[in-house]
Amino acid sequence: MPMLEAKGVSKAFGGLKAVSNVDIHVDKGGILGLIGPNGAGKTTLFNMISGAIQMDSGTVMFDGTKISGKKPNQICRFGLGRSFQTAKNFAGMPVHQNVLMGALFGKKGRSNAQAGQIVDEVLDFVGLSELRDKMVPDIPLAYQKRLEVARALATQPKLLMLDEMMAGLNPSEVSEAMELVTKIQKSGITIIMIEHVMKAIMNICDRIVVLHHGAKIAEGTPQEISTSKTVIEVYLGEC
Amino acid sequence: MIKKYNVKKELQYIVVFVAVIFFAFVPLFGSTAIITMSTTIMMYIVMAASWNMFSGPTGYISLASGAFVGLGFYASGFMSNHYPLPVLMLFGGLVSFALAALMGSITLRLRGVYFTIFTFCLVELVKAIMTWYEIMVVRKRGLSVRNFGSDTAFYAMLVMVAIALIVVIVVKRTRFGMALTGIGESEDAASHIGIGTTRTKVFGFAISAFFMGTVGAVRATMLNFIDPGSAFNMMFSFLPVLMCVFGGMKTFLGPIIGAIVFASLQYNLVMKMPQIYMIIFGGIMILAILFMPTGIVGVYERIRNSLKDRNSIRKEVADDANA
Amino acid sequence: MSTVVNIVIYGIIMGGIYGLIAMGLTLQYGVGKILNVSHGEFLMLSAMTSCVLVKAGLHPLLSFVICLPAAFIIGFILNITIYRYLRKVSKDDATYESNAMLMSFGLYFILSNIGLKIWGTLSLSYQFFSYPVKIFGATIAVNRLISLGIAMVFIVAFFFFLNKTRMGKSIRATSQSATGAAMMGVKINRTMAICFGVGGLLAAAAGVLISMSFAPTAQIGLSNTVIALIVVVLGGMGSIPGAVLGGVLIGLVGQAVSFFDTSLVTVAYYLMIIILLLLRPKGLLGR
Repeated sequence: MPMLEAKGVSKAFGGLKAVSNVDIHVDKGGILGLIGPNGAGKTTLFNMISGAIQMDSGTVMFDGTKISGKKPNQICRFGLGRSFQTAKNFAGMPVHQNVLMGALFGKKGRSNAQAGQIVDEVLDFVGLSELRDKMVPDIPLAYQKRLEVARALATQPKLLMLDEMMAGLNPSEVSEAMELVTKIQKSGITIIMIEHVMKAIMNICDRIVVLHHGAKIAEGTPQEISTSKTVIEVYLGEC
Repeated sequence: MIKKYNVKKELQYIVVFVAVIFFAFVPLFGSTAIITMSTTIMMYIVMAASWNMFSGPTGYISLASGAFVGLGFYASGFMSNHYPLPVLMLFGGLVSFALAALMGSITLRLRGVYFTIFTFCLVELVKAIMTWYEIMVVRKRGLSVRNFGSDTAFYAMLVMVAIALIVVIVVKRTRFGMALTGIGESEDAASHIGIGTTRTKVFGFAISAFFMGTVGAVRATMLNFIDPGSAFNMMFSFLPVLMCVFGGMKTFLGPIIGAIVFASLQYNLVMKMPQIYMIIFGGIMILAILFMPTGIVGVYERIRNSLKDRNSIRKEVADDANA
Repeated sequence: MSTVVNIVIYGIIMGGIYGLIAMGLTLQYGVGKILNVSHGEFLMLSAMTSCVLVKAGLHPLLSFVICLPAAFIIGFILNITIYRYLRKVSKDDATYESNAMLMSFGLYFILSNIGLKIWGTLSLSYQFFSYPVKIFGATIAVNRLISLGIAMVFIVAFFFFLNKTRMGKSIRATSQSATGAAMMGVKINRTMAICFGVGGLLAAAAGVLISMSFAPTAQIGLSNTVIALIVVVLGGMGSIPGAVLGGVLIGLVGQAVSFFDTSLVTVAYYLMIIILLLLRPKGLLGR
């Protein structure tokens, strides 16, 4: 049974079709990779699923509930967390408070003690415990991206959407990030990730969807995608 | 909320509240002029503190204070002959709360400067409606307001100062206050971790408007006569912004210091040379934004931190020398 | 019938002037991210100065030659001093935007009170083609037609400047993305300063036009700022054609409503933008 199923999702900005009639789905416990050249509409798709922007048409079902048309905070409360491509942490707060915000507001009726416990667990899980009292601008980019993920994890989501969490990281940071993603999946959270780092996508994802000019052009296992003619054409053609 | 008591913060609250208690004895010794001036200072403290409660953490600059203060004026104007002062204040506050909630729910869905522009025009709008009402409906310019005596006004303002400051502290420590801060730091992140951003903003804006309305109601009883021009005054919109920028936005003491400084400045200059006073006003505002973006409180903290650093370096050097 | 013609013609005349003011404001915001609340004070100072100059014997049209360059230079200097410094010390764009707006409040206090200090509540005016003509049965003062003509010349010239000149292209590029423009070799500091100056110049032009057919006082600044803000929200923040369209619309609505009841004009403006923001938050021609 799919955790998330988006059908016929479309969005146009002015005359430009950013996303046209895209279907995607991800099964419970799976990892779906979303790839495509710059401007293919990946982040726009994320924004529509998470409620940041309204879709022109289409429906999104999440764990049996229709979430399209709802606001981001409602969608979050259903159990859908996300990170942003450019880190959008609360820059004026220390690391632990960033996570605390997620823990406090992510679910209804959480006590302060519960929230505090979640913060400790999540910081430990993503490996930020030692930096907990640092201010966000004082920590390196790789950790800021990790904090994005930690904040979303603190809401205790069923599905996590990661938007280019590996962009701008060096190779050793990328493998650390890959480990983290696998660890998140093992803990029982379904994942959709946008990524340009092919090594990561090919190794972690169990299914991949390729977007190009706002349309879905291919879908399949990493093997199928890496040998698909259309995909290679799109990527090589762009080069 | 999250119990992490900071001794310095607790101390500043205590100092301020002790000062408020001492202030309560002013009418016993002071002349009427001093009582009136103190009442004005307290009005500005409430305005600046409640403005800062919403606009400080969220960064949504409101210029509607003049409209809310004016509604408080008119609440007193309409009802002062039949009701006691607390009822007038409550009424002025609630009307302001309602207007802010209505306006906020329309404009706070939009980000950026729209909110500021709307609030800026709101003062003119309410003024226009009131003027139209007086000319076309009642056909009488202005209203006379009952004077409850300078002591009553003084104590009413004092109570509002205490309530406003307590609410500021409470808001800061609750989830609601954290949500406001989160919205100011990163609105996208805030909405995606489950904060109902529009609802939070609207409620914050409306609470701050409530306080403006109450002090407006008190202020009107000190003037004997009000009309749309004196009630819906742009200066009331600008003053809280200026005081908070000067004293330090996002801080507890900043608005209080700003209010005291500007009220005294105004008291000493406004009668003698009103235009010069306003020009100085503008000059201070520009200089404050350019050279002390964190306000007086920020400057103080910076100096103290650098002294502390220097001391610790000195200590380290001394330790090294000893070793 | 003649009433309708009257409303339409006066509406368009006022619309031309409002369009000029709003173009300046939207230019300063769209390119420099400065919501300039002191915008109307440039208009006020220019209107009052031109009255003084004409009374001293200068031809009204010549006061353009003095007021406009003066406003440009004042705006330019303000931008390269305080605003540029502010941009340098601000930690991000959002901080700069809100501090720049607050700083323009400081400017508003200073400029408006300089005006009040010099002129108090005195109203100045002079005679310039102040006789009426009949058009389609409506009686219109000739000076207002002249000011409409001049406003149109300014608007057309400004569009030409934006679309055909090198500087205009830099301005449009900077308004799309300051960083992008900088990477393409646009000197954005200079572009922003010129935009702020041109914004002041357009306000000053509107000021001279107002002095030709109305009797300005030193208190007209703020209300014109409010109108410009409404026009800009209506047309779409940062959109120049939006400013002109919004100006004409506001002019027409203003004249039509004031035919019934002058005190309701502000209410009508405000209702218009509330309805607009509910239906189309980006404004009529907003991106």
